[in-house]
Amino acid sequence: MKAKATGWKLFLKTVIARAYPRIVAQQRERSWIFFDVFLSLLAVSAYVFIYRAIRAPEEYIGFVVLGGAMTAFWLNVLWSMSTQFYWEKETGNLPLYIISPAPKMAILLGMALGGIVGTSLRAATIIFVGSILFRVHFSVANVPLLVLVFALTLVALYGLGMMNASLFLLWGREAWHLASLAQEPIYLLSGFYFPIKSLGFWVAAVASLIPLTLGLDAMRQLLFPSGATLGFLDVRIESAILGVMSVLFLLAARLLLDYMEKIAIREGKLLEIQQ
Amino acid sequence: MKSRLVQVWRSFWVATWLGWQIESNWTDPVLFAIYSVIKPIASAAILVVMYGVITGGRFSEPIFPYIYLGNAFYIYVGSVMVGISWAVIDDREHYRTLKYIYVAPVFMPFYWLGRGVARFLTGSFAVFITLASGMLFLHLPINLAHANWPLFLLSLILGIMVLAFMGLILANVSLLVAHHFFLIGEAVAGALFLFSGAVFPLEVLPDWLRPLGFIMPITYWLELLRRSLLPSGVKAFPTFASLSNGELLGIMLGLSVFFGVAAFASFKLCDFLTRERGLIDRTTNY
Repeated sequence: MKAKATGWKLFLKTVIARAYPRIVAQQRERSWIFFDVFLSLLAVSAYVFIYRAIRAPEEYIGFVVLGGAMTAFWLNVLWSMSTQFYWEKETGNLPLYIISPAPKMAILLGMALGGIVGTSLRAATIIFVGSILFRVHFSVANVPLLVLVFALTLVALYGLGMMNASLFLLWGREAWHLASLAQEPIYLLSGFYFPIKSLGFWVAAVASLIPLTLGLDAMRQLLFPSGATLGFLDVRIESAILGVMSVLFLLAARLLLDYMEKIAIREGKLLEIQQ
Repeated sequence: MKSRLVQVWRSFWVATWLGWQIESNWTDPVLFAIYSVIKPIASAAILVVMYGVITGGRFSEPIFPYIYLGNAFYIYVGSVMVGISWAVIDDREHYRTLKYIYVAPVFMPFYWLGRGVARFLTGSFAVFITLASGMLFLHLPINLAHANWPLFLLSLILGIMVLAFMGLILANVSLLVAHHFFLIGEAVAGALFLFSGAVFPLEVLPDWLRPLGFIMPITYWLELLRRSLLPSGVKAFPTFASLSNGELLGIMLGLSVFFGVAAFASFKLCDFLTRERGLIDRTTNY
């Protein structure tokens, strides 16, 4: 008889099992890929033409294309990480997760890794098509640092998503509305379409609690010649903050998940199907 | 005839009440009011910051009220058009009640139009707050005493009617497609935002894309709203300079009739196909 997986093997198998549908199944639904890319490109195009209407420097067009690509990650974290346990609750899958031996952190990690791979393809397409359509010129000053900043941004961002997943575990119908609420206001606060420095130091500092704020700012500084003059903080400082956030958010996700699971079981919210 | 009218009114009224409950009763009224305005205010603020960064805060230039007003009234597109089309997905896949509504004595097109009323009301609140913020904090040049109110009201009513009919067409199409096409409304709204000159004059678009703007009713609607609210010196864009208010209203009226006929004709067709294919109670579990 084959021995059942336990410990880190079970953890790894769970991560792979949960990442699989994110990477494979999502790519099978071609209409989603089309709409994800097409809708983002529509929004990017509208903001590009606004900048053209007010005769903005060409680099701002690049800022918009980069910001538009990063919205794919924010939307993925919001709708496919934070609210995921709410969806699972709606479809009745959540109790199956709880009674299975699979570690919940591994489930969240699998969702995150699958989401990163799937969304990276969409974001890359947006950047590629946007750059061709609007003739964006990137000038990468430091490739290793750019890769590091991008990786840290994603780790911190998906860590935040894992944290939020625990909070959404307790919510009912309001979860949908609250996730919806975290779109445009976050696009504004995180400076998706303009340098975050424009909002002033203190607003930018508070907005930096969302990893995309510092991530986008650092990437703009590394990708565009005038990026450094429009940057909020030095790229190395932003990278260090993102590194600290990554660790903190992942640890907090672990603690919150255990805590919220206990509350959800005690208050009978694991089977709250809203129909 | 009278009983048919009663059925139409009842379908519309009950759907309006139901839509309001679904939209608003998930939280208390104060939080709901805040929720209703935060998203549109944030969208407007993004444009304000973008404009402010590039122009150094020259909000008195003609392009700024053009952008701000277009964006403010565009809230109706997301509220009314997307709201009506979303009701099909919501009833069929989320609440799974569409089949029960279908067997009740309900006239479906008016039921869906009624489901859009709640979004229209919250949208109106958001438009009002957005405009008021613009006038108070950004000195938007709207002079309430000199605005052309008859033109404004007529344009607003015609525009909302066109949006409702467009929403109905999307709702009819949604009957035939699965849940994972829920983004169909968003896609149409996104395309309208880009091609209708909502936030930039059509002259900014490349030549080959510009004709798309001229076939969209939103383009004419927003032009009429701008003309009715802004002083003549501010609306200095050549797009529709050759057309008078009456001509623009005539175009809007023609489009209202066209979309009205198309909405009810498409309902006949889509309703027939939905019944034929057994799609009324389809759920896709996405």
